[in-house]
Amino acid sequence: MKVGFFPGCSLEGSSREYNESLQAIAPALGLELCEVPDWNCCGATAAHTLNHKLALALPARILALAEQAGFTELLVPCSACLARLASTRDELTRNEALRREISAVIELPYAGTTRVLSVLDVLLTCARDGLKDRVRHPFAHKVACYYGCYLTRPARLAPCRRTEDPQEMDELMRAVGAEPIDWAFKVECCGAGLSVSRLETVAELSGRILADAAERGAEAIVVACPMCHTNLDLRRDAILRRRGTNWRLPVLYVSQVIGLALGLNERTLGLHRHHVPVRFPAAVTRQPMEVGAGRSASDGSGAAQRES
Amino acid sequence: MSHPPSTNAPATLADRVAEATGESVFRCYQCGKCAAGCPLAAEMDYEPNQILRLLQLNLPGTEEEVLGSLAIWLCLTCETCAARCPQEVDLPRIMDYLRQESLQTGQAHPKAKDILAFHQAFLESIRKNGRLHEVGLISSYKLKTWHLLQDVGVAPKLLARGKLSLLPHGIAERGKVARIFEKCADTATTPTEKGAAP
Amino acid sequence: MPRIGVFVCHCGENIAGTVDTAAVARAAAEFPGVVHSVDYKYMCSDPGQNLIKQAIREKKLTGVVVAACSPRMHEPTFRRACAEAGLNPFLCEMANLREHCSWVHERTAATTEKAIDLVRILVEKVKRNRPLYPINVPITRTALVLGGGIAGIQAALDIANAGHKVILVERQASIGGHMAQLSETFPTLDCSQCILTPRMVEVAQHPNITLYTYSELERLEGFIGNFRAVIRKKARSIDETACTGCGACIQKCPTKKIPSEFNAQLGMRTAIYVPFPQAVPNKPVIDREHCVYFKTGRCKLCERVCPAKAIRYDQEDMLIEVNVGAVVAATGYEVKGPDFFPEYGYGQYKDVITGLQFERLASASGPTQGVIRRPSDGAVPQTVVFVACAGSRDPAKGLNYCSKICCMYTAKHAMLYRHKVHEGRAYVFYMDIRAGGKMYEEFVRRAIEEDQVNYIRGRVSRIYERNGKLIVKGVDTLLNSRPVEIEADLVVLATAMVPQPDAEQLAQRMKVSYDEYGFLAEAHPKLRPVEMNTAGIFVAGACQAPKDIPESVAQASGAASKVIALFSKEELSREPLVAVVNRCAPPEYSTCIGCFLCESACPYQAIEREEIRTRDGKLIKTVAKVNQGVCQGCGTCVALCRSKSIDLQGFTNEQVFAELIAV
Repeated sequence: MKVGFFPGCSLEGSSREYNESLQAIAPALGLELCEVPDWNCCGATAAHTLNHKLALALPARILALAEQAGFTELLVPCSACLARLASTRDELTRNEALRREISAVIELPYAGTTRVLSVLDVLLTCARDGLKDRVRHPFAHKVACYYGCYLTRPARLAPCRRTEDPQEMDELMRAVGAEPIDWAFKVECCGAGLSVSRLETVAELSGRILADAAERGAEAIVVACPMCHTNLDLRRDAILRRRGTNWRLPVLYVSQVIGLALGLNERTLGLHRHHVPVRFPAAVTRQPMEVGAGRSASDGSGAAQRES
Repeated sequence: MSHPPSTNAPATLADRVAEATGESVFRCYQCGKCAAGCPLAAEMDYEPNQILRLLQLNLPGTEEEVLGSLAIWLCLTCETCAARCPQEVDLPRIMDYLRQESLQTGQAHPKAKDILAFHQAFLESIRKNGRLHEVGLISSYKLKTWHLLQDVGVAPKLLARGKLSLLPHGIAERGKVARIFEKCADTATTPTEKGAAP
Repeated sequence: MPRIGVFVCHCGENIAGTVDTAAVARAAAEFPGVVHSVDYKYMCSDPGQNLIKQAIREKKLTGVVVAACSPRMHEPTFRRACAEAGLNPFLCEMANLREHCSWVHERTAATTEKAIDLVRILVEKVKRNRPLYPINVPITRTALVLGGGIAGIQAALDIANAGHKVILVERQASIGGHMAQLSETFPTLDCSQCILTPRMVEVAQHPNITLYTYSELERLEGFIGNFRAVIRKKARSIDETACTGCGACIQKCPTKKIPSEFNAQLGMRTAIYVPFPQAVPNKPVIDREHCVYFKTGRCKLCERVCPAKAIRYDQEDMLIEVNVGAVVAATGYEVKGPDFFPEYGYGQYKDVITGLQFERLASASGPTQGVIRRPSDGAVPQTVVFVACAGSRDPAKGLNYCSKICCMYTAKHAMLYRHKVHEGRAYVFYMDIRAGGKMYEEFVRRAIEEDQVNYIRGRVSRIYERNGKLIVKGVDTLLNSRPVEIEADLVVLATAMVPQPDAEQLAQRMKVSYDEYGFLAEAHPKLRPVEMNTAGIFVAGACQAPKDIPESVAQASGAASKVIALFSKEELSREPLVAVVNRCAPPEYSTCIGCFLCESACPYQAIEREEIRTRDGKLIKTVAKVNQGVCQGCGTCVALCRSKSIDLQGFTNEQVFAELIAV
C-alpha cells in the first residue's frame, strides 16, 4: 500500500522515535511511506489560536503539495496535525470562495482531493491483511490504550468511530497479543500545548490519566500522538512530584508495540529515546490514589459496550 | 444556525462571533455540561458556559469581561465540550475567535502572558524556517517570558537522545511560507517581517 | 339452617408467610354453621374461584366467607363468582387476613389466632346476611354544563353530538371565555378567535344545546341522574327574540368610558354593549350599574334608536328550573392583577401590566388594534421586560403552585412583541422554563434563538418608576447572581392563574369538594381526573387546576365521555348497601318517631320525609325515608336513631353486634 506521508515537526524532532518506528514497521506491513516534499509546519495550536486565515493556509499548503505529488491519501501520524489538516480540508470543501482565497494565499492550486488518514486507519488496514500471522513475539502485557483528544473529536472529522470509548487501537493491540484494559481516561485531555507554558496543568491532567491506568493494572500506556507521549513520558517527573507517587509505566507508540511484536529490535524502534525506561515488568507499584486527585477509585466497570 | 444581527444596533460581540464563525451563542441553554467536562474548568475565571452567558447577556462591560478573561486563553481546544454539547455549539471555534479579538483589541489577560508567548514564539519559528525549530522556540519563549531556567534539566537529556537539533532546518521554500504569513498578516496576533508580535 | 363455606387464601406468601392458613381452615371447619372449610394458594385465580362455585353447588351453601385480602381488592371478584354459582352475591363476605393481619404482624402463634378470630367474626356476620338486590335509579338524560369557555364548549358539543340534550350556562354576556381574549395561541401561533369562534357558533346552532348566557347557577339539588337545577337568567334589558344585533344602540350610547372587562380594563366600552364583535349570542346587554337611565331615570337613547323595539328596561331576572342527570363544572379561571405585588408597585404603575392585558394589546381586535402601546402614553415600547412566576410558586403570597401556562405564554408574548417591534428588546426574567407539551420546547428555543429574546435566569426583586421608565432590578444566577438592572418601557407580569373569585361559593352550592385555593377537587389525582367525589358531577378545565388549552379540551372530552357513559343506560344501578327506615303493619306503620335527627345529620342529604296518610288524605304520621339513589351507606343515621328505626342493609345492627360478640 503506497501512501503519502506527512510526519510533521514533532516527528522530526522531539518525537523522532515515532517516525523511526513507523519507518521500521512499514516494510513488514507492506506500507510504502512517501514523504511530501518540502512540507511545512501545519501551524498546530498556535496558528488556529491566533489567526484563522493562517490556520487554514499552512495546512492547505501541505495538502496542495500532496496533491501535486499525486497522493490521494496522506498518512498523518501526529493527531494534532491530523486535526488541522482534516479541519482545513473540510472547511475549504464547504466554502468555495474561501478555498479560492486560500489557494491564492499559498500560491498553489488546491482542489481538496487528498484524503488525510490517521495512523490507526492505516495500521488497521494493514492489520486486517494478516498482521496476526506475522507476530513473532506476542506483546503479552496489559496495556492502556490512550487516544487523547483529536483521534475521537470532533466526531464528524475524527477517525475513531466511538467518541467516548474508541476501540481501534485496542483492536490493534489485540492483534499483536496484548491485553488492552477497559479504563476511564481513554479520551481525557493530557494538557496538550501547555506543556511548556503551564507545566503544572499538564502534571495534573496527565497525572489523572496515569493514575487511572496504573490503578487498573496497566503495564504500559500506548499512544498514537507525539504530544500525548511527551506529556506522559517526558513530563513524568513533574507528574510524580505533583502526585507523590512512583509510577514507572512506560509510554509506547502504537507503532513501537507492533514493531516489538513483529520481532524488531528495540533500538531500531527508538525505545532508548524515551524518558521513562521501557522495561517489563514495569515495577508498577499499586499506589492508592490520592483523595481529590481527579477521578474516584476505579470500579472495574464491566465489558465495553459494542456499538453496532 | 447563525444568529441574525440586531438591526440598526451596532454589532455586538455575539454578532461578530456569529459572523466570523457561523455559531449563534443563543443556542446555548446553560446546561453546564461543557463546564462539567472541561479539563481546565477548575482553573478558569469564567466557566465555558459563563463565557457564552456573558455574550448572551450583552450588558455594558460584559464584552470586556469575555475578551479580558483568562478562560479563553486556558482553553486547550480539546473539543470535549463540543463533543458533548446537546445543542451542538462549536465552542472551540468561538474560543478561537474570542482569542483573536482579545489580542487585536489588546485585552489579553495578564496571566495569559506565558501561553501567548509560547504561541507567538512557535509561529515566529515557523515563519522563519517553514518548520518548527524546537530549540529556537524554547529560547525565544524564554526571552519573552524571562523563565530562563525552565526545563534546563530536560534539554541535555533530549540532546543526548538525539531528539533536539541545535540548528534549524529551514525548508527550501521557506520564503514562500514567510509570504503566507505576510498575506495573513494581522499585526496584533501574528508575527511579520516587521517584527515579532507584542 | 346455615350452611357456610369458608375459603382461606394463602395469597402466595403474602398471607401464608405469616399466618398458618391450614390451621385457620381447620379451626373454621369447627365453627357452628360451617359445613365446608378449605385453604388454597390463590383464591382469586380461576381455579380458586371454581373451588367456591363448586362448593356452593355441591354443598348447597347459604353463605360464603373468603378469608383473603382486602375487600377493596377482590370483593367484586368473589361476589361475581357466587352470583355465577347461583348464590346471591351479598351472601358473600371477606375476612381481611392480609392488610388487617399478615401484613401488620410477625409470624407468631398469636397472628394465626387473630386470623382465626377474624374468620369467626365474619362467619357470625354472614349467617345473618340477607339476600340484597341492586337499586335502580332512573336517569334524566340531560346534562348541565357550567361555564362557556373552551372546556365548557367542548364538553357541551361532545355530549350534544352523542345525542343528548345539554344546557350550557355562562355568566358573561357571551361564551368564549378567556380564549376569546387571546391573540395567538402557542405553540402554533394560531389566531385564537379563528379557531374558537367556529366552535362557539356550533354551540349556538346545535339543536341539542340550550344556551343560557348572562346566567348563573342559583341552586343545585338532587343526586346523580336526578338533579334539579335553578338557573338565574340575569336581565339583559333586551328582548333577545326581537333584537337583530344591528348595534345601533351601542353607537348611540352616551356612556362610553366604562373600562372594558373583555379588554382587561385597557379599553373602554359603552353601558349597552356586546363584549366583543364575534360574541355569541351577538345580542347586547345593558350594564345597569353604569347606565344613565338606570342611575338617573333619564336618557333612553337606545330605546329611541332601536329599529326592532327590543329594549326592555323593566326586564327582570328569570329563574329557570331544569332537570338534569349530570353536571359538568367548567368555570375556568382568573388571573391576579398587578395590585397583588407591593414590590412591583401595588398596581399603581400604568405600564406594569398582566399577561392577559398584553394579549389584548397584541390582539388585532384589541384596544390598540394590535399595536403594542404603553397604556400610560400610547408610545410603542422599545424595551419590554417580561417577568415570569409573578405570584405563582410563591408561598409568601399564598400561592405555592405553578400556574403551568406562563412560561409558554411569556415566550409567546416576547415573540409577538419582537415580530411587531423589530428594533425592540425583549427580556424575560425566569426561574425555570416549563415547556413540557408537544412542540413546546421547540417553541421556546425559537423565541430565544430566532427571535432574540433575552432570557435571564433570576427573579425580579423590585420595579419602580423613574422619569417615565420602569426600573427592573433582577439578577443573573447563571453568572453567580450578578445584579442586572433593566430600564424598561413596559413590564408584563405573568401573573398567577387562580380560580374564579366565587369558586368556593359555587362549590358549596353544588356540594362538591375544593382545595385551599378554590380549585375544584378531582376524585383521584392520578386515575380519576374528571370525576368528583360527588357522584354525577364532573369537572373540566382550569377550574380544577391551571392548564393550557389542549389539556382543557382533553379533560372536557373526558368529562363528556363520563356523562355519555352515564347516559348510556336508562337506569343507574347502585349497590344496595344503603340505609332503610323500617315499616310495619298499621297502626304503627313504622317505629320511626319522626324526630328527623337523621335528616339533619346525613352528609349526603339522602333522607327525606314521607307522609303516611289515610285513604282520604288525612295525615297519620310523617316518618323518615331514605333516598336509595343518594344514600352512601355511611351509617351516621343508624348511629343517631333514638328509636332504632333505621338500619343499614348489609351492615345491620344484628350483624354488627354478632361480630362483636364473636370476637
